[in-house]
Amino acid sequence: MPKKSNPLQDDFRTEMAAEREALAAQLGESDTFGDKMRRLASDNKLAVFSGILIVIFILMAVFAPLLTPYDFDEMDLMARLAPPSAKHLLGTDELGRDVLTRLLYGARVSLAVGVIPTVFSMLIGVVLGMVSGYVGGMTDAVIMRLADVVLSFPSLLLAMVIMYTLGDGITSIFIALAITNWASVARVVRSETLSLRETEYVEAARSMGVKDMVIIFRHILPNCIPSLIVLFTLNVPSAILSESSLSFLGIGVQLPKSSWGLMVNMGRTYLYNAPWLSLVPSAAIMLVVLAFNFLGDGLRDVLDPHLKNS
Amino acid sequence: MLKSIGKRVLQTLVVLFCVSLLIFILLRIIPGDAITTMMGEHANAETIERLTKEMNLDKPFYVQFASYLRDICTGNFGSSYTLNKPVTELISAAFPNTVMLAVFAALIAWVIGMVCGIIAAVRKDGILDRLFMGFSLLGVSIPVFMVAMLLQYLVGYRLHWVDISGVKNWTGFILPAIALGWNSAGSIARLTRSTLVEVLQEDYIDTAKAKGLGQGAVLLLHALRNAMLPVITMMALQISSLLSGAVITETIFSINGVGRLAVDAITSRDIPLLQGTVLFTTVIVIVGNLIADCLYTVLDPRIRKGA
Repeated sequence: MPKKSNPLQDDFRTEMAAEREALAAQLGESDTFGDKMRRLASDNKLAVFSGILIVIFILMAVFAPLLTPYDFDEMDLMARLAPPSAKHLLGTDELGRDVLTRLLYGARVSLAVGVIPTVFSMLIGVVLGMVSGYVGGMTDAVIMRLADVVLSFPSLLLAMVIMYTLGDGITSIFIALAITNWASVARVVRSETLSLRETEYVEAARSMGVKDMVIIFRHILPNCIPSLIVLFTLNVPSAILSESSLSFLGIGVQLPKSSWGLMVNMGRTYLYNAPWLSLVPSAAIMLVVLAFNFLGDGLRDVLDPHLKNS
Repeated sequence: MLKSIGKRVLQTLVVLFCVSLLIFILLRIIPGDAITTMMGEHANAETIERLTKEMNLDKPFYVQFASYLRDICTGNFGSSYTLNKPVTELISAAFPNTVMLAVFAALIAWVIGMVCGIIAAVRKDGILDRLFMGFSLLGVSIPVFMVAMLLQYLVGYRLHWVDISGVKNWTGFILPAIALGWNSAGSIARLTRSTLVEVLQEDYIDTAKAKGLGQGAVLLLHALRNAMLPVITMMALQISSLLSGAVITETIFSINGVGRLAVDAITSRDIPLLQGTVLFTTVIVIVGNLIADCLYTVLDPRIRKGA
């Protein structure tokens, strides 16, 4: 027997639905990923500009050989420590190498060091965070205490000790930075998992007998992705800064390879007679870090507003 | 309140134990042969034997770890191989410099950060607000070594305002302190601004204004008092990060502090010195964070009264 509809109740229902929709629109929850990106593009010019700057830096790193007439270790001993000029736009270093050329090639190492360890630390953080939040109990306690231990170290000091243990070199930097950065990712993913685990659709999936692994990868992981994008954009610059600090202290990238931090370190000896040697790569580091931070902040505002407080 | 503080202290003890275990593993176990790493390939057999005995490397893992724990609990970090002095003595000679640097940096950062933050909040969306907030973002993104070298070059070398030939008296700490405090000033300014802006919208601020209080009194007596809580917590957290973050500043300005000792220990592959400096600094950071946590509990009446 069909239920007789009550006009008053129907009215009330549509009103409720409209209200809920309005609330969702206000929170930006009904927007698709594309909507949010469009909002970012129209509202936050700084983030857009930063994004473009990052793309330019990446292109410069990739096409370095095409952009400069010099080789990155081509020496011109007659033109040592030459100030910026038409021939050498950013001057030359103590062996007469073109600073702009070394900057372009150094960008390859610095960007790689920003991205690769961050990818690894995110992978570790996501897996441990989801397991921790989903399984709970003893596993959760052990993983989170481990994260506490890593987070309680001053991160540069921990990276220094790991570099000592593993020896110099780029692979060691990748490992050192991945080990020092996973813990904060794990914490965020764990708290997301904890709240997602209680949602109706996860409960529904579980009551239908869906396996835990499937729930984790098909229902929980995709919902963590917005936060992960934000975390990624904010962790890349901090990895770049860590590498430059390590290389600056002489325990990171080693000669004859080059990175921005190492360039700053090598130029320090000539700070007073050739200040561009360290200040140019420092400025490059600052620009990239600023750009990633602006982009990250912009993404966070549209994708994941509640991350702001954590 | 006591219960939650007690719980935090217990947790801290567990973390301290794990931290010392991790440092032990990283420095003693993984490098394979710690002594060859330290002395190079050409060490003579006698030295190797003596060091092996001294560092207990001929005993099983748990015996090594137990004696290491006993040593660090009694403050005995062994002796440095390159400097031929007890590590404890080296650290206690270097620590006052690090403390001095951190205190100067903290003072500069907090005064500048809070003043800028308060002005920015009161003149929200004004020119000063934008200027200060732009600067504070720069403060967070600019690498420490860049600030340090810019200061060295411009203020020290070009303008000759400060002597940069080394740290002889307290004036030598000015530039390093600015370089180190720059970052912290930025984050203090941002936090002060955001909490103050929030507090200024509360009803009791309107009430105070309605009572006829002047703007200064409203700001000082009503707004700041309530906005300071998170700022003070952040300050407490910053002390430990300033103490541990001085590695680069100390290196650039040739200040004989604990951070520089750690860098020297790595470049000269001096395991006892590295172990001592890293453990010491980490313990300070952990204890500092514990104090910051407890401070928050004590300061916030909502938590203190157990509401």
